[in-house]
Amino acid sequence: MSARDAILDGIRRNRPAGDFPLPEVPLFAPLVGEDLVAEFGERLKRMGGRVAEPGAGDVFAGVRERLDAAKVIASAVPELTGNRDLRSVRAPQEVEDVDVAVVRAVFGIAETGSVLFTQDQLIVNAVGYLAQHLVVLLDPADIVPNVQAAYRRPEFGRSAYAVLHTGPSATADIEGVLIHGAQGVRSLTVLMLPRDGAERS
Amino acid sequence: MSAEDLNPREREGVIHPEVRAGHDESERSQDGRRLQHAEAATKPIRAPQTREPQPRGAKIRGDRPINQSEAAERFLAAPLHQAAHDERLWDLRKKRDASAHGIPEWEELRELASQIKTHTLSHLDQYLEQFEAAAKANGVHVHWAKDGADHNRIVLEILRSHGAKTLVKSKSMLTEECGFRHHMAANGIEVIETDLGERIQQLDNEEPSHVVAPAVHKTRMDVAEVFAKTLGTDPDNDDAHYLAESQRETTRPYILKADAGMTGCNFAIAETGTVVTCTNEGNADLSGNVPPLQIHSIGIEKIIPKVEHLGVFIRLLSRSALGSPITQYTSHFRGPRAGTEMHMVLVDNGRSERLGMEEFWTSLKCIRCGACMNTCPVYRRSGGLSYGATYSGPIGLIIDPTFNKRKYSTLPFSSTMNGSCTNVCPVKINIHEQIFAWRKVLVEEHQIPALKQGMMKAAGAVLSRPAAYRAAIGAADSALKVLPRFAVYNPLNTWGKKREMPDAPRQTFHAWYKQNRMKDTGR
Repeated sequence: MSARDAILDGIRRNRPAGDFPLPEVPLFAPLVGEDLVAEFGERLKRMGGRVAEPGAGDVFAGVRERLDAAKVIASAVPELTGNRDLRSVRAPQEVEDVDVAVVRAVFGIAETGSVLFTQDQLIVNAVGYLAQHLVVLLDPADIVPNVQAAYRRPEFGRSAYAVLHTGPSATADIEGVLIHGAQGVRSLTVLMLPRDGAERS
Repeated sequence: MSAEDLNPREREGVIHPEVRAGHDESERSQDGRRLQHAEAATKPIRAPQTREPQPRGAKIRGDRPINQSEAAERFLAAPLHQAAHDERLWDLRKKRDASAHGIPEWEELRELASQIKTHTLSHLDQYLEQFEAAAKANGVHVHWAKDGADHNRIVLEILRSHGAKTLVKSKSMLTEECGFRHHMAANGIEVIETDLGERIQQLDNEEPSHVVAPAVHKTRMDVAEVFAKTLGTDPDNDDAHYLAESQRETTRPYILKADAGMTGCNFAIAETGTVVTCTNEGNADLSGNVPPLQIHSIGIEKIIPKVEHLGVFIRLLSRSALGSPITQYTSHFRGPRAGTEMHMVLVDNGRSERLGMEEFWTSLKCIRCGACMNTCPVYRRSGGLSYGATYSGPIGLIIDPTFNKRKYSTLPFSSTMNGSCTNVCPVKINIHEQIFAWRKVLVEEHQIPALKQGMMKAAGAVLSRPAAYRAAIGAADSALKVLPRFAVYNPLNTWGKKREMPDAPRQTFHAWYKQNRMKDTGR
């Protein structure tokens, strides 16, 4: 008998007696106030992330210092031109020298301050972790109230890779001391920037 | 009522003033507030700089029963380690409480999680078949492993067929169960753990001591010593930032050149064939997204039916484990990247057999959050390695004997039966009742020594009759008041060691309830 059949056979033989119906999962009332942008920002900051507002003349004003200090910028968004073209990357290892990656989030979650990416936004999945710093564009209209609402979104069922980032890479494995930039990005900054009309469609 | 009234052991927010740190090295938020997300402590904790050798775990002698109390005594004999450990885990427990109390639907979520798990486990064959079909449709290679050896053989075959010699992986209790690293080393495969805590343990040739914080039993001085020996860092520099940065810098080259990457699995979604991992460091995403070959090892009990159910578990997991609303990364791996291969290995290793154990099958609901360990007075004072098993703490007491009844026969006795583990469990496993049920099973099967059998008979007779139990509790409280010290603090009462017994309440809760509440309601 194959391992597969032996395992399934064992499970059928040992099925627990009793009726265990699958419960309905309610959406639950949002734990956040009506100003989703403010709630999102507050929760993101508590998780170690940063929030930037677009400037009047320069939409990237809030992260300009970070961008100016970077040698290698990989941009996955039309709003900014970097100097490393993600679409021509053949192996993920090629992005290990990226200082700042700029990516558009599919949506944000106010309850936790999380943002979602799929392989379509990241272009090269690894850039979200190998880069030293991550700048995330988020349309304020794309914030859902809570985790339960997020998991009703279709992206999880159709993406090869989908990931929620909540602040930067972190560890406190040594005596509880919190350190940002454990293995992945050292900082994550969310820039509240509406999608342009063409993108929104 | 102040925090100290609620917890008389606390003074100025700590239970061990000797481990209060002089200054704070943790990260701050954008607006300057102290941060405590991930597994960060709510206040700076630092073991005093007096050098104290790290107490090691239980002595393993083949199949012979683990002597947990012997290892626990050695842990207690290292007061600096013990204090830092206790403080740190109690802090995680308090963070969990604050986080749970912040959600009005917390109890409803626990009930939902429990129901989703019991439903899935009682239909596990169907959901596994559904998962397999979905994964295959996504272009994933699906494998089935009867046990740990089978898992290791399958992974080795996958690696060999790709000529892979190096593998980076994220933390996985399942691969610990399988003895994966040791098996790979014996077969010429270099395995690098990428989680900081797990890497510390790998470099120190020690098992993880906690399911969430693998090196929580070590002080920063222990880590400095391990890194100095293995990574060539400065042995006198025990700055946590310096140590973590050293690990980042030395691990990244391995990640970049690895032939294969591996992750464990927190949740596997039957509907979509998705493997979900929850991490803080981003190392699972590096392991899954950088090397050209990716492997996910999945315990068959990790299945949940649909994506919408994930919301329930994600909201419970990190809050229970760390007191954070979510981990930094919640990753959903569903299909391979272009030009690469994705393999998923479904591992049984005793789970289908446990499903048939009437009193113990619900232990399969466990989502490995570690809340039961953080709250357990025995665990906090004895360290995870004292259990000499893959799973330690209360959940370990009820899972470990299913792997080896003789070797782990003594573990279910390492409990005060206070029931706190059951109260914090996010999937409502009746942990302390299962601990007691295991004691009965092990006595009936003559797996435990005569002395404990005598204690068991008395306890069994009392605990099986609620009225007798209440009478006994009343008697025990009174006895504490009148018995001489030698009767309470004697060598047969393991839990009397290194701890003063609490003052006996003047009245038990039951007696108080009978006298007051029942009178009030006119009954």
